[in-house]
Amino acid sequence: MADPMRIRAQVSGDKATVRVLMSHEMETGLRKDSAGKLIPAWHIQDVTALHNGKVVMTAQWGPSVSKNPFLQFNVRGAKAGDKITITWKDNKGESRTDEATVS
Amino acid sequence: MKFIPLLAATAALLACGAVVSQTKTASDGIAEYRKMLEDGNPAELFEAKGEDLWKTARGPKKASLQACNLGLGPGVVKGAFVQLPRWFADTGRVQDLESRLLTCMETLQGFNAAEIAKTGFDKGEQATLTALSAWISSESRGMKMALPQAHAEERRFYELGKRAFFFRGGPMDFSCASCHGEDGKRIRLQDLPNLTKNPGDGLGFAAWPAYRVSSGEMWSMQRRLNDCYRQQRFPYPGYASDLTIALGVYMGVNAQGAQSIAPALKR
Repeated sequence: MADPMRIRAQVSGDKATVRVLMSHEMETGLRKDSAGKLIPAWHIQDVTALHNGKVVMTAQWGPSVSKNPFLQFNVRGAKAGDKITITWKDNKGESRTDEATVS
Repeated sequence: MKFIPLLAATAALLACGAVVSQTKTASDGIAEYRKMLEDGNPAELFEAKGEDLWKTARGPKKASLQACNLGLGPGVVKGAFVQLPRWFADTGRVQDLESRLLTCMETLQGFNAAEIAKTGFDKGEQATLTALSAWISSESRGMKMALPQAHAEERRFYELGKRAFFFRGGPMDFSCASCHGEDGKRIRLQDLPNLTKNPGDGLGFAAWPAYRVSSGEMWSMQRRLNDCYRQQRFPYPGYASDLTIALGVYMGVNAQGAQSIAPALKR
C-alpha cells in the first residue's frame, strides 16, 4: 500500500490554507533503466479534495508533476475543526486517502 | 522628435532593471527557492516513515529499536543527533548515527549489519536507515551541534578526520579541502561551505540528512560523504567506515554551536 500523505490545514482569516505532501514515484514513462528499457509511466492522475465531505477541488495530473509532489490550496469558509480529505489515484489504479483536521 | 525622449526613458528603465538584478546574486536566488520549498519539504515523508520504523517490531528477533542507545541513554532520541558521532563503550568504537543504528539493528533486531552496509543506497534495509536517520535528525531540529570530545578516542578521530580531509590523491589529485577548505568556493551555482571551521547555522554538517529535489532522493550523511569520494574519484570508502565517521567527527566538532536544520532541502 502507498505511504501516507502529510496534510496540514491552517485557518488564516476567512479561509484555510491546506498543504499536502504525497509520497509517489511519479515516473514519467520516458526514462530508461540501466538495461536501456523504458520504465513504464506511473504517476498520480486524479486528486480530489473534500471539505467536510463536499468536493472543493479536483485536479488531473500528468507525468510532469515532480516525485513526492507538494500541493497547496486555500479553502474559503473552512473553520477550525473542519475535516479536509485528500484522495489521489494513479494510472495503475492504486489510490490513497488521508484526512486532516483544520487547526 | 517625440520618439527620442521615450527611447531615452526606456533605456534608463532598462539600466535600472540591470542594476536591480545584479544586486540579487545566484545564491540569493537559490536561497529564495529553498525558502519557497521549505514548507513542503518531502523529507517529512521520510521522517514519518522513520518514526514508524523505530517503533515497529522488525527483524529476525521481532524487536523494535526503542531500546537503542544513541548516546543519551536507551530510547532517548531527542537531542541525540547533535552529539553524534561519539564514543560508545559497549562497542568500543566512535560511531556516527548510521553506524550506531547498524549496531542496534544487529543487537536488538538480529539483522546482519555487515550485509546491510554492503547493500546499495535506497535498497532493502538501507532505505530503512535513511528513513530512520531522517526522523532522528528531525528530533534535534533547531538544536546546536555539541559533539563530545572528552574521550581520547573522540579526539583521535578528530585528528584522523582532519588528516583525511586534507589528504590529496586519486586521478585528479583532490582532497576534501580542495573544495571545502576556504570561503567563497562553489560548484557551478552551488556555494560550498568551508568545513575547516564553523560554516554557520544549517550549513555543511548541520544540513544533512537532506532531501535532494533534483533526484527526488533522501540522502543521509553517509551517502553524502561516500558520494564526495566518488566525485573526487577515490575508491569507495564504504558505508559506516571508520574514515567516514572520522570525517564526521572533524566536521561536526568544527561546526560546534551551529544550528542543525536537518533534514534539510537541497537543490
